[in-house]
Amino acid sequence: MSKIHVTTTVNGDAVDFLADPRETLLDCLRDHLGLTGSKEGCGTGDCGACSVRLDGVLVSSCLVLGVEAEGRSIETIEGMASPDGTLHPLQRKFIEHAALQCGFCTPGILVAAKALLEENPDPSESEIRYWLAGNLCRCTGYDKIIRAVQDAAAELRGAA
Amino acid sequence: MRYHSPLTFEAASRVAAGASGVTRFLAGGTDVLVQLRAGSVTPDDLIDLKRIPGVGSITREGDGGWTIGAAVSGAALGATPGLVSDWPGVVEGMGLVGSTQVQGRATLAGNLCNGSPAADGVPGLVAAGATATVVGPEGRRRMAIADIPAGPGRTALQPGEVIAAIHLPARGAQGGDAYERFIPRTEMDIAVVGCAVNLRLDGDTIVEARVALGAVAPTVLLVEACAQAIVGTRLDEAALDALAGAARAAAKPISDKRGTAEFRTHVAGVLARRVAVTAYTRAKGSRAQGHRAKGAAQ
Ligand SMILES: Cc1cc2nc3c(=O)[nH]c(=O)nc-3n(C[C@H](O)[C@H](O)[C@H](O)COP(=O)(O)OP(=O)(O)OC[C@H]3O[C@@H](n4cnc5c(N)ncnc54)[C@H](O)[C@@H]3O)c2cc1C
Ligand code: FES
Ligand code: FES
Repeated sequence: MSKIHVTTTVNGDAVDFLADPRETLLDCLRDHLGLTGSKEGCGTGDCGACSVRLDGVLVSSCLVLGVEAEGRSIETIEGMASPDGTLHPLQRKFIEHAALQCGFCTPGILVAAKALLEENPDPSESEIRYWLAGNLCRCTGYDKIIRAVQDAAAELRGAA
Repeated sequence: MRYHSPLTFEAASRVAAGASGVTRFLAGGTDVLVQLRAGSVTPDDLIDLKRIPGVGSITREGDGGWTIGAAVSGAALGATPGLVSDWPGVVEGMGLVGSTQVQGRATLAGNLCNGSPAADGVPGLVAAGATATVVGPEGRRRMAIADIPAGPGRTALQPGEVIAAIHLPARGAQGGDAYERFIPRTEMDIAVVGCAVNLRLDGDTIVEARVALGAVAPTVLLVEACAQAIVGTRLDEAALDALAGAARAAAKPISDKRGTAEFRTHVAGVLARRVAVTAYTRAKGSRAQGHRAKGAAQ
């Protein structure tokens, strides 16, 4: 099986890798680039644990082929905190509200929530729940996640 | 699997026409990648359409109609206010597909060509009288969307044919459309029944109507008897009863884990009534709130 050379941008850095055309973007991030923050919960678009931004659009990276990333720009959970390690307000609020237990869903939910707050800085509870309907969490019961997103949204609005 | 990323639809069609094994086009990939992962379909040739110039654009034509490129996502439809205001039913149907993540990728043409009888984007297109530009080895042709589904997982497209764009007619005065589906939960499920209604009024009287039912037959149904039940009426109780009766009579569903045939038949009537009222109200001037108000559509 011949591999394809892919050049793309991940969290602002130019990167390249060799991909089998059947490999998903999630496989390529994890196995070729060592970015293991994005998780595979299902591999079929149902759980959102693999959420990333592709040219700014929130997608499930298990439903994107690695070869499709050629020339695109990708943001993953690894790019969320500042380079000096300062956490994004969403990350901080998730810790403060104990919005995670095992943490497997957390990277995907953080990436998805950040995309929401950029589009809608003041979402209602039901808007948050619908936006995150494709992010499954088997531990928390979602309530603390919603509170953490609301609190982070309020802080971000205040800071703006 | 060979991955191709042609720069024209003619080139995409040539690759498909010349391929001997399993061939798939790649639009949003939200069906193709799931099938690849499940091992149910592993294409020998996968033809990505997203590098073709213009595939991501939504254009309002001079006559007021709309042209939607083959790679336009559900989210992009919902973010186009003019389209939402002209064809709220088409947009809300596609807006029900999957999660935010799926919305960022899934396309109308992919929803249509995947061939699910329960596809949420398709009844709205059929009710709207939408057409597709199809590029194939013999050149370009226009097909009515209603003529494309051929059965579960099958379309009437010929080998090598690819949809380049979907076209919606001009909305015109006093028209309205709507789509709703029934699912047992509020999000992330497959339609038990779907129904789209598109109609035009003269004053308070319906003068044209198209009613499409999804998930109650091997393909989407355009039900002429439903249209006849409401044309010439002001959508009074008698007309709504006749509409519901015609929808139930047309439904030929199967029983499966999502619902029995009896239940689906009943729901077809309930939804037809409800959706017709929404389309009528929109035609009278109070427009949809847009597809983000998903919770209201259940
Ligand atoms: C988690 C999840 C939830 C979902 N929920 C729903 C739902 O609620 N309702 C629903 O209807 N669907 C749902 N789907 C299915 C899927 O998202 C839709 O059918 C979607 O519209 C497919 O579009 P796509 O662009 O991703 O198609 P792709 O996967 O790219 O392609 C699908 C098929 O269409 C063909 N094709 C694509 N583009 C063209 C073209 N231009 N010309 C000819 N053939 C073409 C391909 O060869 C392939 O066979 C869901 C999927 C997932 C993963
Ligand atoms: S791993 Fe991608 S959605 Fe579950
Ligand atoms: S914290 Fe365990 S899945 Fe969400």
